[in-house]
Amino acid sequence: MSAANGPFDFTLAIGDDALIAAQRLAEWTSRAPEMEEDIALANIALDQLGAARLLLTYAGELEGAGRDEDALAYLRDDREFRNCLLVELPNGDFAVTMVKLLLLAAYQVPLYTALAGCADERLAAIGAKARKESAYHLDHAALWVKRLGDGTEESHRRAQAALEQLWPYHHELFTADPAAPVDPATLRADFDATVSAVLDEATLTRPETGWAPAGGRDGVHTEHLSYLLAEMQVLHRAHPGASW
Amino acid sequence: MYGNDFAAEDAPGGGLLGQVEAAEAALREAASRGRRGAPEPGEDLEAYFADVIDADQKIEPRDWMPEAYRRTLIRQIAQHAHSEIIGMQPEGNWISRAPSLKRKAILLAKVQDEAGHGLYLYAAAETLGISRDELVRLLLDGRQKYSSIFNYPTLTWADVGAIGWLVDGAAIVNQVPLCRCSYGPYARAMIRVCKEESFHQRQGYEILHTLSHGTPAQKRMAQDAVDRWWYPSLAMFGPPDGDSTHSAQSMAWKIKRFSNDELRQRFVDMCVQQAQILGLTLPDPDLRWNDERQAYDYTQPDYDELMQVIKGNGPCNRQRMEHRRRAHDEGAWVREAAAAYAAKQAARQKEKVAA
Repeated sequence: MSAANGPFDFTLAIGDDALIAAQRLAEWTSRAPEMEEDIALANIALDQLGAARLLLTYAGELEGAGRDEDALAYLRDDREFRNCLLVELPNGDFAVTMVKLLLLAAYQVPLYTALAGCADERLAAIGAKARKESAYHLDHAALWVKRLGDGTEESHRRAQAALEQLWPYHHELFTADPAAPVDPATLRADFDATVSAVLDEATLTRPETGWAPAGGRDGVHTEHLSYLLAEMQVLHRAHPGASW
Repeated sequence: MYGNDFAAEDAPGGGLLGQVEAAEAALREAASRGRRGAPEPGEDLEAYFADVIDADQKIEPRDWMPEAYRRTLIRQIAQHAHSEIIGMQPEGNWISRAPSLKRKAILLAKVQDEAGHGLYLYAAAETLGISRDELVRLLLDGRQKYSSIFNYPTLTWADVGAIGWLVDGAAIVNQVPLCRCSYGPYARAMIRVCKEESFHQRQGYEILHTLSHGTPAQKRMAQDAVDRWWYPSLAMFGPPDGDSTHSAQSMAWKIKRFSNDELRQRFVDMCVQQAQILGLTLPDPDLRWNDERQAYDYTQPDYDELMQVIKGNGPCNRQRMEHRRRAHDEGAWVREAAAAYAAKQAARQKEKVAA
């Protein structure tokens, strides 16, 4: 997030994180390894979508250009999206999805908690609601990462591979932005403590890599986002101005 | 019409929901009135069972029941559960493309509810002495069926509305009488399911209402969806009474309360007025009020087509089953991991206690 763009860019960025995460999680519907998990993934997707709607609605108001949640979700191109790269990566296998959710939730819990205490009343209210949901997401992901990491040889191998693949992307979440209502850099210690404890219990090893891909906050994404948006936006864009 | 409780109304769901609530009250009333206890030693079990059924009391899992009653219920409840699980696919097909965030949220919640209904129903079936794993195996091996309706494709967004209005509508008309079914666990599951389904039906109706009052392209989309889903929805009630193999016995056991044709007629009567309010037409040129019968005459669905779909030759049978099998197979390593982890945790707990 480039500094000094104020609360609009910040609100848009974390709203986009939640929206794209919801879109990916919802792709699991009817595909989960067990029925209980189908319900859980849809539930988490719904929470993320709910947070996204509140944040995008508020971002639209902050911008003051008359854009509502749907205008922001459906009528921006990938170069205008501000989500972190982590959330747009494909679902992969169940281990990739759960490790991704662990990293995301371990960031969203302290983020929303800090937001709940920030000076902006609207953001504080959204943070207060969303942090409870994120705590559940974190529990769920942590439990599965432990089950997979400390389960069978096969599940351990897949969980470790997922961690190797995703780990580099978490750095972007904590890019300093002192002008934002919550400076992401201040959330790092909390994230590290949470994730380290889970990975230890899951018998997983933190990858050693200096690679730290970024760019999402500036609208420079992976190749995956444009396909995701093409699918998400296709119907809305085919009927300009229609109500649904 | 069938009396005030089944009168068509301007918005769907309301009267049916009233029926569900009445069934729930009847269930509570039957429970408070108490039920005759276990059969006397030496009492004829068949007669005892008939007695409980005649008194409109519920058969509970611990009760003696004829083997054929148990088998019929397992088959019916399992098929119902499988339908909820397979039914997630046609609607799930539009979650990623839902045209507004509000609609996306509603659809996600609905598909999540369906998974929940599947779980209630598998739990109800398990009270009859079969495990969910066995039932899932029977589905995946093609030895148990799911509702034929889910073998039709969802080609446009309006199909999501048509499924809510017509498919969920037909399901409720079918299921509301099951809220009074003689088997307690099934009746109680149906009360929960029907309340949520009625809500889904309203949402589907609302989608179609918005489309039919929207742009010309949206209205065409809505009409096209209704044209494609009308007859498959009528076919959901099963073959005509003359050809229905399980009906008479199921009615005697108070599992079924009305015949296929009676329920189908109720559904047609309910939909006609709702279609008028939607400003959409039902694709049946011979649909007209019959003053003598006090019901609508309508063209029967194509039962040869229904038989083809039931046999596996509908447009999406192969796709739906392949999808389900793939999810099951690709999830095997995850279920194994969860089992291995649980075993390790249990062993560690034991060590701790021993230490």
